[in-house]
Amino acid sequence: MRSGRFFIVRQPLVLLAFVCLLAACSSNNNNKANGGNAANNAAKPVASSIAPAPGAAGTAQPGSPAAAATGAASRTASAATARAGSPTAGGTLGDPGAAALAAAGGKKLGGSVNVLGTWGGSEQDSFLAMVKPFEDATGVKVNYEGTRDLNAVLTTRVQGGNPPELAGLPGPGQMAQFAQQGKLIDLGGVLDVNAMQQQYPASWLQLAQVNGKQVGIFIKVALKGPIWYDPKTLSKFSNGQTPKTFDDLLALSDKIAQSGTTPWCEGMESGAASGWPGTDWLEDIVLRQAGPDVYDQWYQGKIKWSSPEIKQAWQTWGKIIANPKYVFGGSQTVLSTNFGDAGNPMFSNPPKCYLMHQGSFITDFFVKGTPGIKPITDFNFFMFPDIDPKYTGSAEVAGDLFGMFKDTPQARALIKYLATPEAQSIWVKRGGALSANKLVSPDIYPDQLAQEQAQIVTTTKTAKFDASDLMPDAMSTAEYKAILDYIQNPGSLDSILANLDKVQADAYKQ
Amino acid sequence: MQIAALRKSVAVSFPARLGHALRRGPLHIIIIAICLLWMVPAVGLLVSSFRPPSVVTRTGWWTALHPTFHFTLDNYQKVLTTNHMGQSFVNSLFIAVPATVIPILVAAYAAYAFAWMEFPGRDWLFLIVVGLLVVPPQMTLIPVLRLYTNLHLAGTFPGLWLAHTGYGLPFAVYLLRNFFGSLPREMMESAYVDGAGPFTVFFRLVLPTSVPALASLAIFQFMWVWNDLLIALVYLGGAPSVAPMPVTISNLVNSLGQNWQLLTAAAFISMALPLTVFFTLQRYFVSGILTGSVKG
Amino acid sequence: MSDRIILALVVVLGVPAALVGYLALIEWLVRGVSNHWRPRLRPWLWLLPVLAFLGVYLVYPSLKTIYLSFLDASSQKFVGLDNYRYIFTDRTNLISLRNNVLWVIFFTGAVVTFGLLIAVLTDRVRYESLARGVVFLPMAVSFVAAGVIWRFMYDYRPPSLPQTGTVNALLGAVVPGFTPHAWLIQRPLNTFAIIGASVWMWTGFAAVILAAALKGVPADVLEAARVDGAGEWQVFWRIIFPLLGTTIAVVTTTVVIIALKAFDIVYVMTNGNYDTDVIANRMYKEMFNFRNFGRASAIAVILLCAIVPVMLYNLRSFRTQEATR
Repeated sequence: MRSGRFFIVRQPLVLLAFVCLLAACSSNNNNKANGGNAANNAAKPVASSIAPAPGAAGTAQPGSPAAAATGAASRTASAATARAGSPTAGGTLGDPGAAALAAAGGKKLGGSVNVLGTWGGSEQDSFLAMVKPFEDATGVKVNYEGTRDLNAVLTTRVQGGNPPELAGLPGPGQMAQFAQQGKLIDLGGVLDVNAMQQQYPASWLQLAQVNGKQVGIFIKVALKGPIWYDPKTLSKFSNGQTPKTFDDLLALSDKIAQSGTTPWCEGMESGAASGWPGTDWLEDIVLRQAGPDVYDQWYQGKIKWSSPEIKQAWQTWGKIIANPKYVFGGSQTVLSTNFGDAGNPMFSNPPKCYLMHQGSFITDFFVKGTPGIKPITDFNFFMFPDIDPKYTGSAEVAGDLFGMFKDTPQARALIKYLATPEAQSIWVKRGGALSANKLVSPDIYPDQLAQEQAQIVTTTKTAKFDASDLMPDAMSTAEYKAILDYIQNPGSLDSILANLDKVQADAYKQ
Repeated sequence: MQIAALRKSVAVSFPARLGHALRRGPLHIIIIAICLLWMVPAVGLLVSSFRPPSVVTRTGWWTALHPTFHFTLDNYQKVLTTNHMGQSFVNSLFIAVPATVIPILVAAYAAYAFAWMEFPGRDWLFLIVVGLLVVPPQMTLIPVLRLYTNLHLAGTFPGLWLAHTGYGLPFAVYLLRNFFGSLPREMMESAYVDGAGPFTVFFRLVLPTSVPALASLAIFQFMWVWNDLLIALVYLGGAPSVAPMPVTISNLVNSLGQNWQLLTAAAFISMALPLTVFFTLQRYFVSGILTGSVKG
Repeated sequence: MSDRIILALVVVLGVPAALVGYLALIEWLVRGVSNHWRPRLRPWLWLLPVLAFLGVYLVYPSLKTIYLSFLDASSQKFVGLDNYRYIFTDRTNLISLRNNVLWVIFFTGAVVTFGLLIAVLTDRVRYESLARGVVFLPMAVSFVAAGVIWRFMYDYRPPSLPQTGTVNALLGAVVPGFTPHAWLIQRPLNTFAIIGASVWMWTGFAAVILAAALKGVPADVLEAARVDGAGEWQVFWRIIFPLLGTTIAVVTTTVVIIALKAFDIVYVMTNGNYDTDVIANRMYKEMFNFRNFGRASAIAVILLCAIVPVMLYNLRSFRTQEATR
């Protein structure tokens, strides 16, 4: 008698109900997805009729729409009309489907390609929208797998001999580790080198190179260094001016503090990566205070954490973050608050703070946390002010990097496609992403703030990548922890730095 | 024994019953208090799953229990209509059922051998099996994946089933050996005396009387496989056609953590089936199974 | 889809059938062997499937791990005991080891005690299934969801804002002059906060197993004792506790191992920050973030060694059980 083994079969009704319910849900949304795509396809002819046929010279395919992605038809239309008037490098862009076909060498390849990334939720939707024209044009099925445990899954699969064809890399630092182990395919033979050199600023190309070999491309980028504020509330103290130097910023903070409210809001909590917002602060300060050369030495591990330049950066940051009168809620709140929620007190009535330092992607969190607020009127940004006038014109950037782990024709076609301006425009248009590709027109960004940020990303004199993403993982993890320790106990800076030096000696050895 | 049974069957007067209930009163109070305490965190989550994110980060969930309510079905709707949610439910089921069924019988054989057969090295071998409980699965991922890649099992369901079986066996053997070992020796001796072989004894005596243990094992194994994320991602992959629910649910949230409020609704949706399995199998937690068998 | 259903049916019905067939086969084979060899051969045949699975999935990787622990980060060079030396001198790792000791003591104590209490109490009431279900529900929750749940419980807001965390709000309402605490940040409270969350999750596990074992205690014995005037405490201490002895040992051992392996909840709630780290999390970091396979393997070996005292205790316990059978 086999008792207990057929327990599930004995409850068929309950299970059947579940399966039916959720199968119904899935078929519903499959229809929805198809319906959604149908709507997108319907939008296409509308856009093409307004598309800049006159004046659109150069490489554009005649009469074809610029993008097949979602985005209100009105936005597409206005962007298209705007583009008709504005000059862009090399003329208007072509159809992403055509770009995809070109990337595949003009053939319908069929088959499939596996892509591993960290994106979930709306990011995943955007990436899938980005590759949809590719799938349609080349017949290649893109299997995207998203996981927040990218490190674990990628490391295991690479070591286990079953890597995905393409994968998102956590940062150039780790990309370098994979490349040195020989796991990344050299893209020199895959990408159109000339096109890349024309379309991307040299510094961006170099970031994705190891030992002179191109091993990655940037799917989307972000700007770090904006300081966000509510124009309506800050004007009381700033008279409509934004601080131009760091001293101005401190003076402004002081003015606000004296009126009885804390000027700054910050949040460090971020699950497994808590502390990373603090690294952005440090990087902005080092870049502007000690200069780009020291910055480079810093992330390369060639200068100690306890050196005067780096120590000074911490202390400069401490002037703001370690001053209980300056930061809302004091250190406990800073440490416990999730970085996405930290900006909410800025928009409360009366505001609990006026300034927040965070990357360009924070705007989505603002809007979700306080429904109804709008860019420009309710929130705006100014770039981190200069500290040393010698080093003006610097900006810190970050980005999502992709590399190829397995060489197949489908993978080659896909990565080539993803680097094209047509593909990058798709995500850019949906919002939440900037592109480093010079051919992506600034006008297609969904709002003026994103436009300004994109401009800064592609035209800054000295663009430096986020240092903690460039360092080996052991180092950046120690840095995150050091940030948290420093906030909790600013007086222990020396011992914190000594510990970082110890980790540094060890981490760069591999 | 007769007198006790008689006593129970005789109608008892109201004051006596009240007295009886009052004496049991503290028992009920304690149990209910524990249950309420245990439910608080889950209730907090449940209430939060019906609230919009901007409200959740500003006020505690208990404030939702009086006006102004801010209830919304948004979270549930978004989760249920996520692409491939139904597919991943079916995938999860497809992964969990075999991965529960296979280890039970395999472990039962070994547990019986450890409990009732004498052979040299038995105790040390059993201890090693138990000791393997401590091996962290993350350590096994790379070597086993390499093996799978060579055997073309990577990315297949049978590969995942076998892996879950392997990981679940130490606990299963441990648990079942304990239960089998506590069965009365006389029960089996009498069977052997009657001429039954180990096969008959195992399937006719041991398994039926160990139903509570088998049921608990089934519950645990099912739940661990159902909620597993990393092992499925590594051995099977996260492509939508094969991804189980934990993978799809974790992808509701952006890499930066946006839309985390969907996790509150997703948690309950994902919990529903394991709880159903639990309550279904509770019926096997019946007492008196052994009393009958000894007398027989 | 339909081919999947077929595959599922084949496996769910076929594999047990095959296993039963396997048993029939070996019993038939064994019958053909001489009386002397039969009891020597039979156990190994019964054990064969288990040994095969464990060999592939657990033993082979463990041996590989032990070997790798003596090599360097990318497993190229032999470095002897360097990895172990690092682990026992690095402050972060030492704190993790200390935390694991705290886990073993407090987590195990709480889970087994509460589990036993709940199993015994609910056994006496009619709605036992429901009551146990409530305590068991946290086990059905994935660790991601548990992270979200306890984030709501331990949430911290500065005193000027309304509290969103259940614990802070509750204590604020009940305890006069209470200022909100950041439970996950203040050391050493935070380790206990995480242990508390884990106890919430795992007590159901102990309760269910102990309840199942309780069903094996002959009801007539209990009834007789109660009729003879024994109080509840005596019934528990004199009858139930000894009879459940081995099951309690099994549950305790398993829970100790769970405490040693604690990873998911720590990873999700604090990722080991603020001195809450545990060695399983350190191993995960070394392996997947820092890609230092040597150190990760060394940590795993330390885990394997920590189990030895537990195994020896079990050995004693089983020898005692054997003697009384």
